[in-house]
Amino acid sequence: MTLSSLMPVLPELIVVIGAMALLMFGVFKGDNSTPLVEFGALVVLAAALVAVLLQPAAPASLFGGSIVVDAFARFFKVLIIIGAAAALIMSAPFWRNHKLNRFEFSVIVLLSVAGMMVMVSARDLISLYLGIELMSLSLYVIAAIDRENVRSTEAGLKYFVLGALSSGMLLYGSSLIYGFTGTVSFTGIAAAAKTPSIGLIFGIVFLFAGLAFKVSAVPFHMWTPDVYEGAPTPVTAFFAAAPKVAAIALFCRVAVTSFPAIASQWQQIIVFVAIASMVLGAFAAIGQKNIKRLMAYSSIGHVGYALVGLAPGTEAGVSSVLIYMSIYLAMTLGTFACIIAMRRDGGQVEEIGELSGLARTQPVMAFILAALMFSLAGIPPLAGFFAKFYVFLAAIQGKFYVLAVIGVLASVVGAYYYLRIVKLMYIDEPVQRFLPMSRPVGAVMLLAGAFTILFFVYPAPLVAAANAAAKSLF
Amino acid sequence: MTVPAFFFYLFSSIAVASAFMVIAGRNPVHSVLWLILTFVNAAGLFLLIGAEFLAMILIVVYVGAVAVLFLFVVMMLDVDFAELRDGLLQYLPIGALVGLVFLVELVLVVGSWVVGAGVSGAITQPIPNPAQVTNTEAIGRVLYTTYVHYFQLAGLVLLVAMIGAIVLTLHHRVNVKRQNVSAQNARTRDTAIEVVKIKPGKGL
Repeated sequence: MTLSSLMPVLPELIVVIGAMALLMFGVFKGDNSTPLVEFGALVVLAAALVAVLLQPAAPASLFGGSIVVDAFARFFKVLIIIGAAAALIMSAPFWRNHKLNRFEFSVIVLLSVAGMMVMVSARDLISLYLGIELMSLSLYVIAAIDRENVRSTEAGLKYFVLGALSSGMLLYGSSLIYGFTGTVSFTGIAAAAKTPSIGLIFGIVFLFAGLAFKVSAVPFHMWTPDVYEGAPTPVTAFFAAAPKVAAIALFCRVAVTSFPAIASQWQQIIVFVAIASMVLGAFAAIGQKNIKRLMAYSSIGHVGYALVGLAPGTEAGVSSVLIYMSIYLAMTLGTFACIIAMRRDGGQVEEIGELSGLARTQPVMAFILAALMFSLAGIPPLAGFFAKFYVFLAAIQGKFYVLAVIGVLASVVGAYYYLRIVKLMYIDEPVQRFLPMSRPVGAVMLLAGAFTILFFVYPAPLVAAANAAAKSLF
Repeated sequence: MTVPAFFFYLFSSIAVASAFMVIAGRNPVHSVLWLILTFVNAAGLFLLIGAEFLAMILIVVYVGAVAVLFLFVVMMLDVDFAELRDGLLQYLPIGALVGLVFLVELVLVVGSWVVGAGVSGAITQPIPNPAQVTNTEAIGRVLYTTYVHYFQLAGLVLLVAMIGAIVLTLHHRVNVKRQNVSAQNARTRDTAIEVVKIKPGKGL
């Protein structure tokens, strides 16, 4: 193996080596170095982004085929880096306001990004597991990073215990699949799994249960509201953005490349999980008063919609998932920027009622949040409409009519709670205004808002990239 | 009786007996010591089937690290084991159920070799002939070559675990006396020793 043969994993190497260098820098300089480490982490992410974008288009396979760098992996690596960078940008002023000064946060975020990058390019079960563990372990730590706060430690502990359980299920499923196909590589499994045997189906069920936990799909969603509410808000923004995108990517790759011959087996699981997530996400969010909990249920619902696109198992379907996750990423980051900006003299506020009359006190923020809410609800001509349009179109083309109809109905129910926030901001009486938002948070909010509102003007680049990425899986 | 059979019965009977003593012992420290004996005998069993790498790993990792860690935990945490044991009878049915499940699983494993009939044909990585290479050598040949990337990733996972443990648990207390190596090294005879001249019969 020569150094030049490692070029396809250059982005991962940049992130990992950068993280270790920043860790050393932080350890020797102490907590005063936090701003420098934060800046350094952003530089590392930017370098990794450039490295991803400059990679040749031809797919490259490394380490005996356990890692593949194709258009699909590159597409998701870009999304992951954007999600992580936005979360890091928003977290810096938040930590400053909360007197939380821990340089390790940026380092752990970088390491979890490395785990996610391994996940999206994994092409065998061992890389898959190691990527997931590297990501999850980092997430458990940053959920509890505000360790003086009981809610934050509770979130970390809960996430850790349930996450360990789900990793156990995933490993059990992997071992069954390995046992019944004799190989861990996805292509090898696809070659061996021509007919469904009972042991293999057991393995698939356990593997998908583990993956469903990582994307927080019903019935493995129980941890989501508590963890999202308890974790510090920038951490929640990170959870809702990058890891979810990475786990959905892994879901697509595992389902499509390892079990194409027995698609009817896993499609049943995906259809059930998608319907359950959409319906629960729509109904359970109605009664929520805390906006972070509401966003947790909203993200559960959105995972359901994304899985609708995966259910047909077609190229168009996977492409629609990619489009969905890109738009979801922008909407989530924008919404969480607004949530981070909900700050008064007494500190952060999280009740939905605090947004009352925002249109009169802070019209710009209210306008962008309203646009994001309309978009999350899927109302044209905003980006969220196109996201839902593509997944439902893929489901109908794949003859999953019931799934598409239930999806549309669930999004109508879901529209209620999104529009309730708009009503609060535009019709109800104003309460005290929020403290002025810091510049990075405002920048993320404006960018995400602009993307959401203006997506319909020029959707072609994203759609073309998603189509090319989906093509590389088939 | 042949020598391997003799050692098999020796190791396995001691392993079962000491495993029983782990749960029957009154003193938790004794339980951990019995656990170490169980591990050592299990390692002996591994040796008998020719898995010397697993045997050595069992000694190094389980006896050397895990069991000693248990010992530390048992001795440092003030857990009242007598109180814990009070509910033993209460949990006995659940324990029996778990035991039954294990038994059924063992029977299924032994009885269902035919379930994966076509599996052996699908093996992608050829298994080296045990007569030609020892299994330590067989692992060594692939661990740092074919599987180097898994090895590195596992290292990163451990790094995250280490950072996480430090971030979440290390508290910098203020009024704690710490060792200051540079101050210690900077001490000279002049700063460390003070010669006081005392006149006889006067005291200090």
